[in-house]
Amino acid sequence: MSHLKLDRVSAYYGAFQAVADVSLDIAPCSITALIGPSGCGKSTLLRTLNRLHETTPGARVTGQVHLNGQDVLDPATDPVEVRSRVGMVFQRANPFPTMSIGENVLAGVRLRGRRLSPRVAEQVVERSLRAANLWQETKDRLKKSGVGLSGGQQQRLCIARAIAVQPEVLLMDEPCSALDPASTAAIEELMVDLKADYTVVVVTHNLAQAARVSDQTAFMSVDRAGQPGRLIEHGPTTQLFNAPTEAATGDYIAGKFG
Amino acid sequence: MTAFADSLPVELDQSRLDESDEACSDGLVQLTPDDLSKLLTDDRLDPFPPSGLLPEVGAEPTDRVGPTDQLELHRSAQTAQSDRPAGLEQADVRRSRGGRWGDTTWRGLTLAAAVTTVLALGSVVAFLALEGAPATAGDATDLPAQAPDIWALTWPLLFGSVWVSTLALALAAPIGIGIALFSVLIARRRLGTWLGAAIDILAAVPSVVYGLWGLTVLAPLAARAYAWLAAHLGWVPILSGPASATGRTVLTAALVLSVMVLPLVASLSREVIRLVPSNLIEGALALGATRWETIRLVVLPQARSGVTAGVMLALGRALGETMAVAMVLSPTPFLISFHLLRSENPGTVASFIAQNFPEAHGLETNALIWLGLVLFALTFLVNSLARALVRPKGRTA
Repeated sequence: MSHLKLDRVSAYYGAFQAVADVSLDIAPCSITALIGPSGCGKSTLLRTLNRLHETTPGARVTGQVHLNGQDVLDPATDPVEVRSRVGMVFQRANPFPTMSIGENVLAGVRLRGRRLSPRVAEQVVERSLRAANLWQETKDRLKKSGVGLSGGQQQRLCIARAIAVQPEVLLMDEPCSALDPASTAAIEELMVDLKADYTVVVVTHNLAQAARVSDQTAFMSVDRAGQPGRLIEHGPTTQLFNAPTEAATGDYIAGKFG
Repeated sequence: MTAFADSLPVELDQSRLDESDEACSDGLVQLTPDDLSKLLTDDRLDPFPPSGLLPEVGAEPTDRVGPTDQLELHRSAQTAQSDRPAGLEQADVRRSRGGRWGDTTWRGLTLAAAVTTVLALGSVVAFLALEGAPATAGDATDLPAQAPDIWALTWPLLFGSVWVSTLALALAAPIGIGIALFSVLIARRRLGTWLGAAIDILAAVPSVVYGLWGLTVLAPLAARAYAWLAAHLGWVPILSGPASATGRTVLTAALVLSVMVLPLVASLSREVIRLVPSNLIEGALALGATRWETIRLVVLPQARSGVTAGVMLALGRALGETMAVAMVLSPTPFLISFHLLRSENPGTVASFIAQNFPEAHGLETNALIWLGLVLFALTFLVNSLARALVRPKGRTA
């Protein structure tokens, strides 16, 4: 099972330091929520875990992220390989508009260079869509464009696409922030199902969501604008929400800032 | 694979990340009671302003009312009334009439401009059709280049235009698209900007300069290359010799044309590729796509119709190009030939007209105008095709 261990991770955009010295143990097969006020670097931190951060011009990372013992951030590690082990779901659903629903699900698998027989391809599509709770709604329209789906369905399609390649870790960057409550509930339900097989890290602004779905919660904050974001507190979700050890955590959860 | 260490520079900055943080409190806007009362008492939100309160003298927005539509007028009226001095209703009406006057005048001017454009186009088409028609029914002996009939003249030149332009685009399209992909997705921002500027300068060179360059620099160089090609690759049908000694061949003309249309292909493709949403590019990268796979998976499919339209527009431009081709190519009359390297080459419509017009008289002139009509029809067709390709862009296929 995939153990993710962050060791003094700092992230920069040019001269600006966005994240400072975050060390964090992420338990396998659990959901870890990253919460904190705007600009505290949660999304940036998440993007370092699959090395997407470095695709921004001028961006760099220091520190180590161990995935089953291998340092993801090591320059010798191939980022393409990392990204096939660490899947990601974005804030805005981004199905590939020129592809059908089925092709979207298979996009990542095809990149692995594996030749798929039509039968195997069908199985992968069905398995992934079932795992994303989208099979019933899409099984009759697999050849249609994914853009025709509702926002929540598109997001589940993106989850299906991410898990089709069977990654070890699934990163979710505010996956529900653009969705209505019903779609949000569907995704949250799905997240709980997914943790049986995947290590899930989710950035969320929705404290209730963090409380509902996550096992562990990490609270990040920033002293003032221009300062890097830091990890303030990390622990089991119930403990962090009910009896935070840091005053800032309590204030944030009580809605005093952020 | 490890060479991918520093990957695509996706356009994404910290401010955008922050913004996305901001936008996410699940659609809830927190309003204090203060805010609410402010909103409720704000004049600007009143959809039904009291009657008789039209814009008044001294109110800033009404001074700019001229070219705006009714809605805009209505809005500025609402904005203005909040600090309206009392007793100016009479002046209000006068000013609003002035506004309406401006509106009418402006509408008339723009309409006139539109009508003029259509009239100009119409008169050009009418001129080409009326002056060109006699050539199609004319006496054979009077045609330019002693052509036996008008079609014997038209087809070879039409072939030459299409052949040279197609060759030019076959060379320019891959390079131009490559430059666009490189400058948007791969090059560091500064290099991309620099490259864009260089390409734009290429577009600013007058075509007569390209002609001079093609004639004096490119052709002699090309002649040597052609001799080699004919000797070693002569078994390829279109490359068979004997190679031209001067280098003034169809291929040289196509090379010059390709350099001329390269900026058009590159800059149009660059604009289209820049419009590919960065979240799709990130989506592909996050799936474990390499740089090239991202381009193939997301960027090219997304930009395809726009890039194709750009290539078609460039083709239209190449078809109409006159000066450079006229300077580089010395055509053999009535020749239809695919050979690239020989000294006998087909001419093009545009350059034929330019070369023959000064000495044309009588029916010869009509024949040249007829050729102009044919060229116009062809470029119109190509440009319409380009337009048709751009239109279904929003379609979800």
